[in-house]
Parts: sequence; structure tokens; C-alpha cells
Amino acid sequence: MIEVAGLVKDFGRFRALDGLDLTVRAGEVHGFLGPNGAGKSTTIRVLLGLLRKTSGSARLLGGDPWADATTLHRRLAYVPGDVSLWPQLTGGEVIDLLGRLRGDLDPRRRAELVERFELDPTKKARTYSKGNRQKVALVAGLASSAELLILDEPTSGLDPLMEEQFQDCIREVRTEGRTVLLSSHILAEVEELCDRVSIIRAGRTVQSGTLTELRSTHRTMIVADTERSPAALAELPGVHLAAVVDTRIRLQVDNAHLETVVAELAALGIRSLESHPPTLEELFLQQYAEQPAGTTTSPTTRTPTT
Amino acid sequence: MSDVTARFTGTRVLVRHLLRRDRLRLPVWLVSLVGLSYSSVVAVQGLYDTPQAIATYQRTVGTSAAAVAMSGPPVALDTVGGITVFEVSQVAVIGVALMAVFLTIRHTRADEEEGRTEVLRAGVLGRQADLLATGLVVGSAAVLVGVGIALSFVSVGLSTGPSLLYGAAVASIGIVFMAVSLVAAQVTEHARSASGLALSALGFFYLLRAVGDVAENGLSWLSPIGWAQAVDAFGGNRWWPLLLSLAGTVAFGVLAGWLTTRRDFGAGLVAPRPGPPHAARWMTTTPGLAARLQRGTVLGWTVGMTVLGVMYGSLAGEVGDMIEGNETLEEFFSQSGVSVVDAYFGTVLLISALAATAFTISSVLRLRTEESAMRAEPILATATSRLSWAGGSLAVTGLGSVLVLMGLGLGAGVTTAFVLSDAGQVGSLLVGVLAYLPAVLLLGALALVLFGWFPRQAALSWAVLAICFVIGWMGDLLSLPDWAMDASPYTHVPQVPMETLTWPALLVLTAITLALGAVGLWGVRRRDLRTD
Repeated sequence: MIEVAGLVKDFGRFRALDGLDLTVRAGEVHGFLGPNGAGKSTTIRVLLGLLRKTSGSARLLGGDPWADATTLHRRLAYVPGDVSLWPQLTGGEVIDLLGRLRGDLDPRRRAELVERFELDPTKKARTYSKGNRQKVALVAGLASSAELLILDEPTSGLDPLMEEQFQDCIREVRTEGRTVLLSSHILAEVEELCDRVSIIRAGRTVQSGTLTELRSTHRTMIVADTERSPAALAELPGVHLAAVVDTRIRLQVDNAHLETVVAELAALGIRSLESHPPTLEELFLQQYAEQPAGTTTSPTTRTPTT
Repeated sequence: MSDVTARFTGTRVLVRHLLRRDRLRLPVWLVSLVGLSYSSVVAVQGLYDTPQAIATYQRTVGTSAAAVAMSGPPVALDTVGGITVFEVSQVAVIGVALMAVFLTIRHTRADEEEGRTEVLRAGVLGRQADLLATGLVVGSAAVLVGVGIALSFVSVGLSTGPSLLYGAAVASIGIVFMAVSLVAAQVTEHARSASGLALSALGFFYLLRAVGDVAENGLSWLSPIGWAQAVDAFGGNRWWPLLLSLAGTVAFGVLAGWLTTRRDFGAGLVAPRPGPPHAARWMTTTPGLAARLQRGTVLGWTVGMTVLGVMYGSLAGEVGDMIEGNETLEEFFSQSGVSVVDAYFGTVLLISALAATAFTISSVLRLRTEESAMRAEPILATATSRLSWAGGSLAVTGLGSVLVLMGLGLGAGVTTAFVLSDAGQVGSLLVGVLAYLPAVLLLGALALVLFGWFPRQAALSWAVLAICFVIGWMGDLLSLPDWAMDASPYTHVPQVPMETLTWPALLVLTAITLALGAVGLWGVRRRDLRTD
């Protein structure tokens, strides 16, 4: 559905995208992660033909996002994260406007979504709060039966109840076999919804794969209580972010060194032991805490930096 | 702290903040207004340096209804000082009022609408501190314009007393309209409609005094501009009419302050009503959307220009009366075969067409507003091409421009036909106005080129219009060389009914417009969408 390779986008002297790669397969919900300013929105704008790429390749639904923009847009729906609406139009008018300009608006689905998101479509856009403006854009996007949904931080400003509704909608979309590109920095949402994830930083892709893959190439979180002081463990190779309080220790260990650490723990006499794969949040923070910008490497060749 | 001072807490900090935000804008206004006035002051001294020249001016310009309608009462035109006031007033009166309206709305309703005031109001800031701070800054700017104009007068050797009086009169116009704008900013929720309201008030008071000055029926006393011009600089030299301006400023200022206590933050006086839950079929196309978004503006401009036309038409009878008994002029007009009324409309239609161009440019620049407010993005992410998006909006610009000009032509034509009992005036004045359409659209097309290729500089379109204004309005006075006069498309439009309608120039203007339009659209298609 989306094939991006080595994508570069310059704004004057500023390089916003620096060789970005992104592959989204048909029928998957793909998480697109990165902190503010990493280039998520720029990538999406190139994919929508709003920006012209500087170099590299970008294919969308088998076409060229710049040259074939209008025809491709019939097959996709887009929800921006920073929604700006026409102040004098009502929410209902905006939903119909965007739907009909795209060419498909299912009135039944529209009515159902307005209900689900508890949106008052008779209010003028200028009177909507940020969350309500976001709902207008979501209803307009989700009311289509387009085969690809491009969502750019679509839930910013939504309350937890509406976030739940949104997640249900995305699950339904997946069940129907449609494809979603979900840019987000709400990691719980991505963990909940996405089949595969791409993490970008400073205009480049740093990691890409299923959540299981990302987790298994990395570390394990360990919390243990031992008979004797475990302080020496902090010095072992492959151990990171260790914190010792009396006989309790919390640490992260590279999976390559997991066996050594467990053996050492056993030697100290284990009273209790918890271990779990890193959450997406831990992965994400680790990615950004340890690597200075511009020295990104592919996940497989990464070397421990502590 | 007492209640009264608490309302104004933080004014001083806010004044500094406003001055910083306007560190470029304020000097530009001051330099352009004072600079234009100064160049016209100098030009007048060069042209009217003999008693004969002064006498001719009094007999010709001083008896022209068009000149009086645009400048003010013909006072002391037998002196160089009086002539200088009469000429400078064409620019200074409207200029200082426009400055006051735009700056005031920018710092009140525009900031409130954008949410910037909210951040400030949440800090230690009195409820009316922003009104006071804006009033102080804009009022001081008006005073500086007045001082600059007075100094221009004194610098060419005109007497100091009357020069200062005239400067004070110009400043008072700015100050009154600052207060009027403060009220307008409380009434509506949107900066755009607040400016519209304040500008309508300006237009209304301007027309009121135009009719009053030409017909000499006392209507001018109902207008703040009339009060300022009642000081009779270089004639009666009286200061007391400025007390009326002061009273008016206080009244509007207090009203604005009181209104802030009657409304919620962010709201206008009228609560927003619910609208339709579904969009009508017609508005979900690109021209339909543009029509829906701009219908208020088009309607406002059409009504405004119709009123302007009616005002000019209603004076058509006075035009002949004013030259009656003036042998030189009667002889001139009978020999040249040009009717006085036609000559009058030659001038006022040119100026009105220039004013109508402001609609066209602002309508073209809507595209830029939509783009930078990020409202173009969701539209272009649907199956809507850039050409369709821009084309739909431009269609409304073109149609709107025709409507605005037709309002002007019909208003002037029908009224003149009644006043002079000459039905032929309807057709000839309508043709006279519509002849300006190619020139008006040419400036719109230029704005499109800027939008397509240099979106961040698109506002330069206004500078182009300002230059055309100076050429059309003051070109003769400033004795601009031919090439400079020819630079304005308006120079090439035949002044029907005074001149006959000739096509070549209009066709050339149309061709240039189309070419510029194509270049502009090409730019729109090829560039990145820019929200900065």
C-alpha cells in the first residue's frame, strides 16, 4: 500500500527527512512513531502530494503521490492531528463537505459515527473545543469506505472514552481488511492497535517490524530480590539502568547477556523474580535516551553504548 | 487596590508588548502616511506659488463637487495653506482612520480570536487593560501622524499655528476611529467582521460629510471627520470643534469598556446559533464552498459600493450648480464639449474602482489564508486537485468583482438618472464602471502570481494597489512622469462617459490578466503547500 525508500525532503537548508524508509502492507494497522519534529507529518504530507519530495522514492497505492494525487485520494481518507476548521460552518457541514469532495460518504456510517463520538453536528466550528474539532475530522475520515486510512496523531485532545471508541473503530476497519497508517506518540494506543511499527527519528527510520520482533531483538526487564546484595550485577556487561535498594534490584539486560545475569542471580539466591519484555514505551525511551541524533544505526548492528 | 485601577492592571507591560509586536508595522504606517502627505505638501508649494495659480485653483478644483466630496469643505482656498490642507486631506483623512481601525482590531479582537489574549488575561492583567493599552498605542500613533503632518507644513514655511491645528485635526480622526474600533471589537466574535463593522462606520461617516460638504446642509456636523474638518485650518482657525472629537472618543471608549463587562471572553454580543447538521448539495463543490465562505464579504462590498455610487450620483445635480457663474470653467466646458457631470464621474469612478479592487485582492488572498490556517490541507487530501481548489475560489473572486462594480455603476447610474432626469445615465455609468473590470482583475491576477510563487510575500499585493492609488489619485498633483503614470493599469482605462469606450487597451489588459492568471496557477500547481 505504501512503499517509501530513501525519502529526502529539504526545506531550504533544513533537512526534514533524511533517507526515510516505510513499508505498509495491505490489511495491516501500521504504527508510525517518533517524537515531535521527527518528520512524521512531513512524510504524510509527501504521501498526500501536498509536499514534493527532494529525492528518494515514494509509492502510494501503486501510484505516484505527487503526479496522481487526485485519483489516489479517492481511495484514501486522511485525518490530520492539528485540525483547523472553517469557523462559520457547522461540524455536520464540514463532514459532508470533506466526504463529498473525496467522493464517498456513507450516510449510514456517518450517522452512526456522529452518535458514537457524541458529536453535535449543528454547532458552528468556531465553538468547538479542540477535542470536538478532532471528532469532526475523525467522523469525516472514518465515514468513508476508503481502502487506506492515513491518520496523523488522530486522538490528540480526545478524552479516554472517545479514545476507546476510536480504538474500536480502528479494529473494525482492520476486520474489514482495510489498511491504516497511524502516526502517534501515544504508545499505549499503538501497542493496542498496531500489527507493525516503524520508529523514526530526525527524519530517518531507526526501527521497523512487529512489536514482538522489536521486543525480542532487545532487552528484558528484570526485578529481583536476592539473599545477598546484588550490587555487583550492575557491573556486568550488557546490563543497563540498574537500580539497587538493599537486596532488591531492577535492571535491563541485553538478551545476549540474559543467561549470564540469570546465572549470577541464581548464585545470589533468588527470593523473588519478575521478568518481562520491554513495553513499547521502554523501547522508545531507550532508543532516544541512548542514541544521540545523527548516529542512528539499524537495529541488528546496534552495539551497546553503555 | 481599588476596583477601578484593578481593571487596568498590567497596562504598562501590555503597551510595551504591543510596541514590540508592531515595531515594524507602526513605523511603516507612520512613514507612509507622513511621507505621502509631505510629498503632496511640497508639490502644492511648487505648483501654487503665484496669486494667479491660487486663484485658478480656487475657481476650478475648489468648485468641483468631486474634489469637495473627497477632500472636505473648500476652506481658505485663496491661500497656499488652505490649498495644502485641501490636497493633503485626500490621503491623510482616510489614511489615519484606516491605520486606527486596522491596528486597533489587530490588538483586540484578532488577538482574542486567536487565543493570544487568553494567555495574557490568565496572568495578572485587568479586564480592560488591553483596551486601554491598545487605545494608548494607537492614539499615540495618530498623534505622531498629526505631528508629522504639522511639521511638514511648517517645514515649507506655512504658519505654525494653523499647521498645528490641522495636525491636531488629523490626529483626532485617528483617535475617534480607534475608539469606534474598540466598540466594533466587542460586538462581533471575528476580527474580520469587526474590521468590516469599523470600516462600514468609517465609510458611513465619510459619506455623511461628503454629502454635507457638497450640499452644505449641515450633515457634516454628524460625522467625526466633519468635526475635525470644522477647525477651518488657515481660515477661521478654531479649536473648539476638537472638543466634539474628544467627547466622541470618550463616549465610544466608555461604551467599549462597558461592553467588555456584558459579554464572555471570546464571545461577541450575539450568541452563536446552531446551524444545519448537513451540508447543502451546492456548497460541497469547490466553487460552492468558496461562495459559502465569501458570501458575506461579497454582499457587504456590493452594498457598500452601491451606497457609494448612490452618494456620488446624488451629487450629480450639485456639480453643475457649483460652477455656475464661474466664467472660466463654463467657457472651458462649453469649448471642450465635455459635460461637467461626465468630468466629475471620470474622477470619482476611477477612485471607486481602485477602492473596489481591495475586494478583489482580499478575495484572491483568501487562498493564502486558507493555506496558512491549514484549511487547504484537508481539502487537497480529498479527490480535489489544486486547480479545482484555487479555481473554485477564483471564480467567486471574478463573479464577486463584477457584482461589486455593478453595484457601484447601478447605484451611481440610477441616482444620476433621477437627479438629472436622464435615463441614459444608467447605461453610460454602468459601462463607465465595468470598463475598469480588466484593470481590477489584473491586480487580482498579480496577487495570484505572488500567491503561486512567493506565498509568504503575497501581502505585497496591497503595496501594488497602494501605488496604483497614488498614481490615480495624486499623479497629476505630484507631476509624475509618463512612464510612472503608465505603470498603473487604471491609467489605460477609457474614462467613459467622458471619453468614448475604446477596446484595444481593454483587450490588452485582459490578455495580461489571463497570462498572469496562468502563471499564478502554474505556481500553485508546482509548489509545496506552506503553512508558515
